[in-house]
Amino acid sequence: MKIAVCIKRVADSETRVKIGPDGKSLDEAGVKFVLNPYDEFAVEEALRRKEAAGAGEIAVIALGPAAAQETIRTALAMGADRGVLLQADRVPADGLETAKALAAELKAGGWDLILFGKMAIDDYNHQVGPMVAELLGLPCVTSIGHLELAGRKGVAEREVEGGLEVVEFPLPVVLTADKGLNEPRYPALKGIMAAKKKPLEVKAATFGPGGVEVLAMLPPPARQEGRIVGEGAAAVPELIRLLREEAKVL
Amino acid sequence: MSNVLAVLEQRDGTLRKVSHEVVTGARRLADGLGGTVEALVLGAGAVRGTDALGSFGADTVVTATNPAFARYAPEGFTQAVAERAKASGFGAVVFAASATGKDLAPRVAATLGVALAADATDVAVEGGKVVVTRPIYAGKALLKVKLTTQPAVVSLRPNVFTPVERPKAGAAQAVSVDAPAGRVTVKEIKAAEAGALDVAEAPIVISGGRGLKEPANFKLLEELARAFGGKAAVGASRAVVDAGWRPHADQVGQTGKTVSPSLYIAVGISGAIQHLAGMRTSKTIVAINKDKDAPIFKVADYGIVGDLFEIVPKLAEEIRKLHG
Repeated sequence: MKIAVCIKRVADSETRVKIGPDGKSLDEAGVKFVLNPYDEFAVEEALRRKEAAGAGEIAVIALGPAAAQETIRTALAMGADRGVLLQADRVPADGLETAKALAAELKAGGWDLILFGKMAIDDYNHQVGPMVAELLGLPCVTSIGHLELAGRKGVAEREVEGGLEVVEFPLPVVLTADKGLNEPRYPALKGIMAAKKKPLEVKAATFGPGGVEVLAMLPPPARQEGRIVGEGAAAVPELIRLLREEAKVL
Repeated sequence: MSNVLAVLEQRDGTLRKVSHEVVTGARRLADGLGGTVEALVLGAGAVRGTDALGSFGADTVVTATNPAFARYAPEGFTQAVAERAKASGFGAVVFAASATGKDLAPRVAATLGVALAADATDVAVEGGKVVVTRPIYAGKALLKVKLTTQPAVVSLRPNVFTPVERPKAGAAQAVSVDAPAGRVTVKEIKAAEAGALDVAEAPIVISGGRGLKEPANFKLLEELARAFGGKAAVGASRAVVDAGWRPHADQVGQTGKTVSPSLYIAVGISGAIQHLAGMRTSKTIVAINKDKDAPIFKVADYGIVGDLFEIVPKLAEEIRKLHG
């Protein structure tokens, strides 16, 4: 089983977002960066599939700044075999440019599975996985919460509004992982030590101009200061009145 | 001048409500671009609800039929939408950022070789180009971007583009389209509990957190949801999802769903930053919490301090009276 997992270094979900001096990007001062949480599910799934197959190779591929080597080391510490960093100062705003760079790297790999997280929790683009699949001409199932593989075929479940889609597909395939697919392991000390010696190749990423021009990064619209209606169940009738007459939502 | 293609969704032969929002967003872009809106729906046969699309701003409605289109067929849909988009030279293609749209829009954009702005909460036309505002960092910031490739491909966050009815009928046509058999096939849709609404699409969301003390107590929120007569869904904080009390599908927050209902009721949720990120664009927020200093009260429009086990049943009772 030959598996590629595409991962991303992102600002931690507890980050308080401050806009940088260019007015178009995050002020990274003091921000903690982590392996994108959805990518953890992808890495974990790769490890389980390799363990179940009893043999294979897992490569993790990241596109990002030099510091993304640490993110790759996290995945290697979980148990992946080798890493590739497509180094770029900035991840393109246009997801298709990221997808093209990843697809070029993945193209000749002979992968059985190419895994992604369903989206990155920073740019919320949720598009790179299925775009890579289209560029490589591979079948793709996104946002999977359950996966079964048997030989060269698989069945996945993905959440849709009010239900679950049961989807069949052949291998090789591109899959993007949702929360619930598995419970990612924490890297053990032994894994962390081993990760330091695992191969990590760094290449320069190249991009086209892309089709997304960032005009501005803005704070979310401020919410008007709310008010405490009252205490306990006695406040409920007044709340109902406000919801009907002031907010007009009932 | 260029026209806009609105890609709609159906399930079991009935148009999904989010489609009205897609036509509404597409109309806004078409007005800015000085063009018309073509609504495209893919199905196995005629789709119920398409006759009303003119009143939401569609100039023409095309139903593209193929026996394989009863359910979502990723490869067939991609080809059908991309070919339609190419053949008629649209200036923009608009999807819903729904489960299907999140899957389909990137495939279509990649096939066309153009950029996709996903999960838009605002769209406009400036200097002849499509400009999209979209939440990033789960809504802790907004990114305003200009799409410079054509067609501009955009997906719209559900519940944000309020449909505006206008007194105008659209011309309808039905075409049958060829589609590849597709390697990926949706075998079935396991329906959730009858009538269960998805938190991302429900007009009212009632979410619970640790304050509910144990999983069984979520029945209080389910009763409150029922009191709203099928318009409300029950959500959950990350803490209770991670504890296994509620399924991930219900999680609201940065690693769950971002929701924008007209009414969001947070019950026993303190309001961690990653939760606030997922619900701060709700139109009206109500918080019920025993701790008057809980951060949730900072974003809530209305708060009640006190014991949720007394407040929630009383609230359900009062709502039932209204809907009585």
